[in-house]
Amino acid sequence: MALARVNAVIVGAGAGGGIVASQLAEAGLTVVLLERGKWYTAFDCRKDDLRNQRTSVLGCAFGPDDERHRRVVVDPDGKQRIVAPSDGAYSNTAACVGGGTFSYGAMAWRYLEKDFRLRSTYGAVAGSTLDDWPISYQDLELYYTKAEWELGVSGDDTNNIFKGPRSRPLPLPPLPPSREHLILKAAAERLKLHPFDIPMLRNTVPYKGRPACMRCRWCVGFACEVNARTGTHNTVIPRALATGNCTLRTECVAKEVLTNEQGRVTGVAYFNERGRLEEQPADLVVVAASATETPRLLLNSTSRLFPNGLGNRYDWVGRNLQGHAYAGAYGLMETDTYDDLGPGASIAICDYNHGNPGLVGGGMLCNEFIRLPIHAAMLRPPGVPAWGAVHKAFMRKLFNRCMAVHGPVQEMPVFEARLQLDPRVVDAWGIPVARLSGVRHPHDLEVANYISEKAAAWLKEAGATSTWPKLPGKGLSGGQHQAGTCRMGNDPKASVVDRYCRVHDVANLFVVDGSVHVTNGGFNPVLTIMAIAYMASDHMVQTWKGTGMRG
Amino acid sequence: MQMAVVATAAGPMVSCIGTSNPWRCLSEDEARTLEALADRIIPADQDPGALWAGAVNFIDRQLVGPYRKLQKTYRLGLTGTHETSVAMFGKRFTALTPEQRDEVLRALEKDQAPGETWKQTSAKQFFDLVVSHTMQGFYGDPRHGGNRERASWKMLRLPFPPVRGRQAYDLTKTS
Repeated sequence: MALARVNAVIVGAGAGGGIVASQLAEAGLTVVLLERGKWYTAFDCRKDDLRNQRTSVLGCAFGPDDERHRRVVVDPDGKQRIVAPSDGAYSNTAACVGGGTFSYGAMAWRYLEKDFRLRSTYGAVAGSTLDDWPISYQDLELYYTKAEWELGVSGDDTNNIFKGPRSRPLPLPPLPPSREHLILKAAAERLKLHPFDIPMLRNTVPYKGRPACMRCRWCVGFACEVNARTGTHNTVIPRALATGNCTLRTECVAKEVLTNEQGRVTGVAYFNERGRLEEQPADLVVVAASATETPRLLLNSTSRLFPNGLGNRYDWVGRNLQGHAYAGAYGLMETDTYDDLGPGASIAICDYNHGNPGLVGGGMLCNEFIRLPIHAAMLRPPGVPAWGAVHKAFMRKLFNRCMAVHGPVQEMPVFEARLQLDPRVVDAWGIPVARLSGVRHPHDLEVANYISEKAAAWLKEAGATSTWPKLPGKGLSGGQHQAGTCRMGNDPKASVVDRYCRVHDVANLFVVDGSVHVTNGGFNPVLTIMAIAYMASDHMVQTWKGTGMRG
Repeated sequence: MQMAVVATAAGPMVSCIGTSNPWRCLSEDEARTLEALADRIIPADQDPGALWAGAVNFIDRQLVGPYRKLQKTYRLGLTGTHETSVAMFGKRFTALTPEQRDEVLRALEKDQAPGETWKQTSAKQFFDLVVSHTMQGFYGDPRHGGNRERASWKMLRLPFPPVRGRQAYDLTKTS
C-alpha cells in the first residue's frame, strides 16, 4: 500500500542528502529522508581499534554489516569474487545517518580553480575521459562559503597562495599545533613551500550549540565522543527535522526509483526496517546514496521507457568510478615526535596540486591522522622483517618517532573503471548487487611517484633519518572518496546529470553526491559534495516555486 | 526425528567444543602449535610477547566470530605447519628449539615449506594471515581477548586511560 504523498523523497542521509533535506524542508517542501543505516550518536564511540570505519578487520562499526551486504569485484586478470563491506575491495562508505560524515577525518577542502577545468588546462589524456566540469570554482564559491558557515569549518588557509579567491574567511580558528605540526611547518618554510592549517569540519571552539574538540586519539573512523566533529547528522539533519517538514526513516533500503508512462519519477520503493516493501510517492526524487550505491539504484530502476536504468540512455551510469591515488612517504625521526594529540592531521601544502613538470594534476600533501598501535604494526618499511624480535624492537622505536606525509592524488577518469549490476548475486533483500571492474589510469601512478618523492623530501628536511614510500596499487580505485559515476555535464550523450544535478532526461530526478564529480580534485571531496548540494537545492527550490515540479 | 535435525544442524559447531578443551574453536593441539607460532612472531623480550598477551585467545575468539569463515584455513595451516616441522626436523613444532621454529616460519613465509597439506593451500598466505592476526591480538584492543593488561600499549608508552579533556596540553601555550 502506498504511503501518503510528499513533495520530495531523498535516498541517503549523508553529506549530500542531509543538506538537500534541510534546504527543501526549510523552503516549505514536505520531505521523506530514507537512510539504510541507523542513527548513531556520540555514545557509540566505542574506541574499538579493530572494528571501526578506518580499520574494519572485525567489521564496520557504522555499517554496512557483513551479513546482509555484498559486492562482486572483478580483478584485473578477470577473476571475480564476492566481497563483504569489511573487505577493502568493497569500496565501502558508512551506512548511517550522516553517512561518511559521521566517522570521517573531516578535512573540508575547496577544490582549486584548475580542478574544475583539467581538460582545458592540460589537454586530453589518452585512455581517459578527462573533461572540464560544466561549472566553475566561481559558480560554487558562495556555496562553499555557505557550507563552511552553516556547518562550521575550522582552520586557516591564508598562507595557501594556490587557493581560489574566497568571499569570507573560515568561521573557526585552527587547533593549537602538535609537535609534528611545528616540525613540519618549519621544514616546509625552509623548502620555500606554503604550509597552512588544514580546513576541518571540526569545532575548535564552541559553535552552533556543540563543543570544541578535546583532541583524543579516537578520531577518524570513530564516532566523536564529544560531538565536536561536524557532520550532517549533528547539524543540517536535526535542523531539517526541526522544521516539522522532514521525516527521517532509518534502516530503510531503497529498491528502485519508480517511474510513470510520461517518463517522470513518481517515488521510491524501499524495504522498511522490518523488511516490508513500501512505496513512497513523491513529486521529486533525490538520489544521494554515494558514488557506488547511487548508480546501483539507478541501474536497478528499469521500466519500459528506461530499459537500461534511469539516466542511462547513453551508458554513462556507473562509469568513471574514481577515488584518490593516495601517495606519500613515512619518515623515521631521531627523537620522539608522537604527542598523542588528535586529530593528527593538521598541516598541509598545495604546492604540488598543479604545475608539476610533465604531469597532469597532482595532490595536496598533509600529515597523517593520528596513528594507533595497530596501524603502526601494519607498516612494513623495507628492510625491516614483518615479524620476530627485530620487528618488535622496531615497533618500540617506530611508534613514537614515525611521521607520515601523504595526500590524495587526483585521478584520471577511466570509462572502463565501472560499476554494473551483477547478473547473479543479490543482497539480503534480493536486490542485484554492484559489480566493480576496471583498473586505474597508469598516469595516476606516475603522479603518485612524484608526489611520494616530494613527501619524502619534506620529511627529510624535517629531520627524518630514513624515509620509505607509500604508493597506491594498480587496481580499481574508489573507497571512501568514491566519485564520478553519474557525471555532471552539458552534453546529455556524454554525462548523466546537468549542472544542477538533474538527470538529463528525467525532469524531476536529481543525483546529489560524489557521483556527479567530473574529476575528484587533489583533495578529500566532502566539502565539494556539500557545496554542490547547496547549489542543487537552490535550483530545486527555485524551480519548485516557478514552473512547478508536481507531476 | 526433531532431535536428529538439531544434531545435524549443530554438527560443525560441536567439533569446536570439546568437553575438557578450554578453547572455543581450536583443538588443544592446534592451540599449542598456534601459541608456539605466535611466540616467535612477537617474542617476549624486556616486554611481554604475543604468547603472554593472549594473541591466541584473540584468534580463537574471532574464529567463532568475524573470522569464522577462516576456521578451515587455520585447521589446514596448522596441520601443514606440523608436517613441515616433522619433515624438516623430525619433531612436532612445539618440541623444536626457538631457532628451529624460526626456520620453519621462514620456510612458510617463503612458500617453500615441505608438507602434503601445502599442495592444496598456500603456506605463505597462511603465514601472512597468522602474522596479521597475531599483530591484531597483540597491538589491538584488549576487549577482543588479546593485548592482556594492555601490554603492547605500555610497551609503546601510550598513555592509558586515553587522553580525555585537555589535560595533555596547555591551551595558553602554543608550543
